Amino acid sequence: MRMKSYLLGSLLLLPLFFSCEVLAPQEPEEYELLDGPVEDLTMAEAKRFIKGDVAFNDQIFTVETGLGPIFTGTSCVSCHAGDGKGHPFVKFTRFGQSFPGVNEYLKQGGPQLQNRAIPGYEPETLPPGAAHTDLIAPIVTGLGFLDAVRDQDLIDMSDPDDLDGDGISGRVHWNTRPDYVSDRPETISKDGKYITRFGKKGKMYDLLHQTADAYNQDIGITSYFEPYDTYSGDKMPSEIDRQTISDVVFYLKTLKAPIPRDQDDPDVMAGKALFGDIQCAACHKPTLSTGYSPIEAISYKEFHPYTDLLLHDMGPELDDGYTEGYAHSYEWKTPPLWGIGLAKDSQGGQYFLLHDGRANSIEEAILYHGGEAENSKNLYRGLSQIEKDQVLKFIESL
Amino acid sequence: MKISTLNFLKTNLIIIALFCFGLVNAQEEDPEKSKEKNEQELNMDAVFSRPTLSFDKVPVTVGGYLEANTMHRTEEGITDGLSFQARRLTIFMAASISERIKFLTEIEFEDGGKEVAIEFAALDVAFHPLFNFRGGIVMNPIGAFNENHDGPKWEFVERPDVAVNMLAATLSNAGFGMYGKTYSGNWIFGYEAYLTNGFSSRIISNEEDKTYLPAHKDGDNLFEDNFSGKAMFSGKLAIKNRKIGEIGISYMGGTYNKFEDDGEEVEDQAKVDVFAIDWNTTIKATGTYIVGEAAWIWAETPDTYTQQYGNKQRGVFMDIVQPVYKNKIFEWEDATFNVAARFDYVDWNVGRFKETNTKIGDQILAVTPGISFRPTPKTVFRINYRYEWKTDILNNPAERAATWYMGFSSYF
Ligand code: HEC
Ligand code: HEC
Repeated sequence: MRMKSYLLGSLLLLPLFFSCEVLAPQEPEEYELLDGPVEDLTMAEAKRFIKGDVAFNDQIFTVETGLGPIFTGTSCVSCHAGDGKGHPFVKFTRFGQSFPGVNEYLKQGGPQLQNRAIPGYEPETLPPGAAHTDLIAPIVTGLGFLDAVRDQDLIDMSDPDDLDGDGISGRVHWNTRPDYVSDRPETISKDGKYITRFGKKGKMYDLLHQTADAYNQDIGITSYFEPYDTYSGDKMPSEIDRQTISDVVFYLKTLKAPIPRDQDDPDVMAGKALFGDIQCAACHKPTLSTGYSPIEAISYKEFHPYTDLLLHDMGPELDDGYTEGYAHSYEWKTPPLWGIGLAKDSQGGQYFLLHDGRANSIEEAILYHGGEAENSKNLYRGLSQIEKDQVLKFIESL
Repeated sequence: MKISTLNFLKTNLIIIALFCFGLVNAQEEDPEKSKEKNEQELNMDAVFSRPTLSFDKVPVTVGGYLEANTMHRTEEGITDGLSFQARRLTIFMAASISERIKFLTEIEFEDGGKEVAIEFAALDVAFHPLFNFRGGIVMNPIGAFNENHDGPKWEFVERPDVAVNMLAATLSNAGFGMYGKTYSGNWIFGYEAYLTNGFSSRIISNEEDKTYLPAHKDGDNLFEDNFSGKAMFSGKLAIKNRKIGEIGISYMGGTYNKFEDDGEEVEDQAKVDVFAIDWNTTIKATGTYIVGEAAWIWAETPDTYTQQYGNKQRGVFMDIVQPVYKNKIFEWEDATFNVAARFDYVDWNVGRFKETNTKIGDQILAVTPGISFRPTPKTVFRINYRYEWKTDILNNPAERAATWYMGFSSYF
């Protein structure tokens, strides 16, 4: 009798097994995650996205596969966990340039301090007295949209001489670019310089430039594009193939834009209005649009990154004395605020904001604003507590 | 651990030859006798205490086990569907060369024969119960699982995380040493001590991007070269009371890097120390069987490293197996139904980040309830459900995964 019931019991378990979703963790909502492709990719594009995804998120370099000998990280994902904002544990230091122009410390390991080394090698140390800054990794989602904004749109948003008198200027970064990148549609150049837009000082031209540089400077991987070894300075055979780099670039271009949450919440809506009223939106531009892109899913689209991709004087507190390209040390590119509410999920459960992660809350980040944003910050300070909370809640909903 | 196809062919040939010569003769054991034997055994005796092996009458015996299962895993709501796995086929071959000299080898075929590993191949010479020599490819006596890893002995399809993903089970190395046992009333005391080849720098430079002992097994010429040039010591002390249970403490460690090359010092010498405690007991009143191990690793990493590669690791697993029905079922005299549960925990990087003074993640926690049916002690059918939480090094919200397993494992 008893045996029968046991047998019966186990038989009853069988259907359970074949409906295996039982007791399985539910898929998080699309808006809770940063990773995932933009909508409407073709199947061929989706395949390329996945190839890039694997290279970005799964390929960890070791001594055998070319890591280093000096480096700052072993894979893209080690600093860009979940495609979100980086943790201060994996921040890195750049050094050696105080004024617009050229880095004087290129011979001494500049600009990037490769602070790690494979066994048997010495990592770089900061030359005494060299200007430097720490950088944490930015969110990398939605970059394809930012990449496809036309140069002319950036120029139109800029106001280098503050002709409109609102105290906020904003300028494009005219910089040199490597030969291996190709023009974006309708690119504009001036005296051999181009408008560069990636990186916190906006010194990188496009995502190929950024990716080839990251493999080389961050991981110590030489490629067709960046063949020089960071340790010896010698030209080396490629440690990664061109196809993989191009797949990663494709992946970065087609990562979806973060999806905002709670947009119908009355506090969020009130916060959004206040965000415009107190001039935050003058730099953190809510809406931009793309020009033509060969990837149809990002061609001629409107999107909401909360950035103008321009350089702004952010005042003495955020001036670390170090700079890149033709930016000043007090200038920073407006970072997009999209996805910021999900930053905690890639920063170990708490916020580390601003270029070096020095601010532990959104409010603290606002209070560090100075320079062109001084007025805006003071307007924020003047808000009632309820209004401040609404602004913060709105930013968290992005 | 991988051996070449040529060697693989050779092994196959030997096995076939043995079959042809009709030397093969698996012996059924008398259950009463085996029960008594069981009580005198320690975890470390697992190597020779395998149901199909007998050293009594014939010079050579062959045995082994097969494990197969289906698996369905869902990670954060996303599943790759159902898969069927024939995880491993392991073959033992044992020979009594003369009285007091025996040979045993254990060869594992994984992934349909693409990976062939010699898990054990040693000559044992008995001088005295307290004093036996063992040399060849030996299993390092660390924790409960490494030396006692046969699938049919366990109620779970997966091997314990701490054993496999922290301690590198099944870990065997070329070397030699001694072991022995002594009895006094209800007490049994045993020891093992070996010198073997040690770990390599792969444990601190690998695709897991963390201090990871199992990465050592991807190295080349593991049974010929000792990466560091220094012997690794591994040893175990075990004590058992027939009425209470067994407890073992074990250690292995030594230099793992090639700090000298051609007589020149090229790196600072770096060491790894592993310490484990294991236990097992059967509660007489209820028949509940409990087995587990806890382990700690201390690894010296280069000064030039960040905390990506941890200096300290710890982990534990514990199985609780409750027979709920033991009787004749169909023609099986001694069939058993069990319910069982396993707890797994590993922290590959114990400590706090210097930069933020927040906790370093890199952990896994899992619970696995299951049921098993054993028509005979040598064969187990099992259904497991494993739920795990895994955090990355930054301690971001855990990734959850649930896996259903249904499978069997049997000696032959
Ligand atoms: C050691 C940590 C680290 C590693 C490894 C790393 N990154 Fe980054 N990444 C950063 C930091 C810090 C920045 C900001 C740099 C700057 O402002 O110039 C950044 C910036 C970027 C940006 C620019 C985003 C923007 O909005 O301007 C992209 C794209 C990027 N990384 C891609 C990659 C890729 C692809 C890899 C792998 C090949 C990679 N990163 C590896 C830390 C890292
Ligand atoms: C003059 C342009 C400008 C204005 C106006 C401005 N910001 Fe910013 N904001 C920036 C720049 C540039 C940074 C990056 C500074 C850095 O990283 O050191 C930034 C950073 C931030 C950050 C941190 C983002 C991150 O990813 O770490 C938040 C949050 C933020 N701003 C919110 C606001 C709010 C709210 C207002 C209005 C009160 C505002 N900003 C007004 C330019 C501006």
